[in-house]
Amino acid sequence: MDSTRSAASVRAEGDTFSLYRSSRPRLRGRAGSVVSAISTLTVIAVGIAVLASPSAAAFRRGFLDVHQMWIAFIGDPTKGILSVGKGFLLNLWLSLICEVIVLILALGIATLRLSTSPVLLPFRVLAVAYCDFARGVPVILVMLWVGFGVPSLNVPGLSTQSPVVYAGFVLVFAYTAYVAEVYRAGILSVPRNQVQAARSLGLSSTATLRSVVLPQAVRNVLPALLNDFTSLQKDTAIVSVVGVLDAVHAAQIAGGVTFNYSGFTIASLLFLAVTIPLTRYTDRIMAKDRGRRLAGAQ
Amino acid sequence: MTAGTPEVVLRVDDVHKRFGDLEVLRGVSLELRANEVVCLIGSSGSGKSTLLRCCNLLETIDGGSIELFGHDLAHERIDEDLVRRHTGMVFQSFNLFPHLSVLDNVTLAPRRVLGTSKATAEAEAMVLLDRIGLAQKAAEYPDRLSGGQQQRVAIVRSLAMSPRLLLLDEITSALDPELVSEVLGLVAELADQGMTMLLATHEMGFAREVADAVCFLEDGRIVESGTPTKIFEDPDEEATRRFLQRIIDAGRL
Ligand SMILES: Nc1ncnc2c1ncn2[C@@H]1O[C@H](COP(=O)(O)OP(=O)(O)O)[C@@H](O)[C@H]1O
Ligand SMILES: [Mg+2]
Repeated sequence: MDSTRSAASVRAEGDTFSLYRSSRPRLRGRAGSVVSAISTLTVIAVGIAVLASPSAAAFRRGFLDVHQMWIAFIGDPTKGILSVGKGFLLNLWLSLICEVIVLILALGIATLRLSTSPVLLPFRVLAVAYCDFARGVPVILVMLWVGFGVPSLNVPGLSTQSPVVYAGFVLVFAYTAYVAEVYRAGILSVPRNQVQAARSLGLSSTATLRSVVLPQAVRNVLPALLNDFTSLQKDTAIVSVVGVLDAVHAAQIAGGVTFNYSGFTIASLLFLAVTIPLTRYTDRIMAKDRGRRLAGAQ
Repeated sequence: MTAGTPEVVLRVDDVHKRFGDLEVLRGVSLELRANEVVCLIGSSGSGKSTLLRCCNLLETIDGGSIELFGHDLAHERIDEDLVRRHTGMVFQSFNLFPHLSVLDNVTLAPRRVLGTSKATAEAEAMVLLDRIGLAQKAAEYPDRLSGGQQQRVAIVRSLAMSPRLLLLDEITSALDPELVSEVLGLVAELADQGMTMLLATHEMGFAREVADAVCFLEDGRIVESGTPTKIFEDPDEEATRRFLQRIIDAGRL
């Protein structure tokens, strides 16, 4: 019986609308800062209370002993404790060397995957297979495979490399696939008309890729590249499973000798000391990039 | 080639082009001699851009032939990079390289393609930029320029390669109305200096002023072509009249 209600009457009912929020007003300015300060302090207080409670005493002794951290950090040859700090240097330089190799190889894989030449078809298929495989298998499994499998192959020259070389190979193998996908997304994000503008000026496809596409592609995916570098930096920890003496392996040894695991804590802190600035920097670039895009889209 | 008849720069002969099932060009023929300006007019989708793009091999044709400077573009030994080096193309959307400064936009092709030294390329670019009054913007990035300034830089970027033919595809269609004249002014100047140009445009007043010939395209065919006076004042074809009427109704003539 209501079906004949006129549009006007519907409208009239809807006219009693309000522009006020039903909840409390949003906090702004000074009031906002005071509230953030209080909530931050509360969270910190709860955290300290949990760690300082009597029931957490064993955890504090086992993982947060500052003295044990220091011993693990500098090492103690007389007790057979190897320095976590020295081990961490290996994580650092290994990640840097791997990153450089990854950045170069991944670029090749990405351009190969995006190539259209019929001659390259089999290589394109291989590249796709490689990317799927390398991204689909846990890095630690590849590490175990290569670290223990290749030496047992007994191939002269190949099977006698140091574990660090195997470790580096595995990291490069895994991360090249990820970074190639990042590059590929970046290259695809460059508008087609940029390529046409370059080609219509007479630039060859190679020159177009180098001077027009890649610079824009890399700029578009810089945050993602930095993210992958951060991950690579952390994942150097897996080299410890094949006996490479890095920060984690050193911490394991220290733990075995002293029955105290504060070495793991110091190793974690060392990783964080590198990765946190990196992620902060990545965020800054992302924010700047966003600003640039918004400004460009006006 | 005698003094009286300038050489044919571009000869389009019965060109067909299809995208899948859609035949976009259905037998287009036209001729462009040195120092001539030919305007393509026609509603959106009539095939103007496609025709221009075929002329510098951004698209390949499915039938007919295109001769550039007397060379058949379908010849197996044609080097597309050489074709494009000698033909400049300017797009509706400017397509400046956003990661390069104005100066680097202009010098990129001379340096990469012709191997011109940085100093020479930059000096030549500055002369060109000065000509369009944008020398002081040389160090700026494209996104700091107005649309009109960007499009003029795009034209200069093409000119830096000293092309013998310019293809201009609706180069003012993406501009705010008050910026159109600065770009058309530059094109008119180039026409005065004898630049050979094939251009698609919706600016009928401009076509009338600078064109030696106007071609009206509809559905991938040149329905009518002739001098601007003929086409705009006394077209033979009903279709041409209808198109011009629509343009007049839209207040664009
Ligand atoms: N790359 C393409 N793939 C498929 N169709 C296209 C492509 N480019 C253009 N077309 C079609 O061809 C027709 C002519 O387009 P175009 O040459 O851009 O016309 P104009 O420049 O006169 O507006 C349109 O119907 C358009 O949709
Ligand atoms: Mg068009």
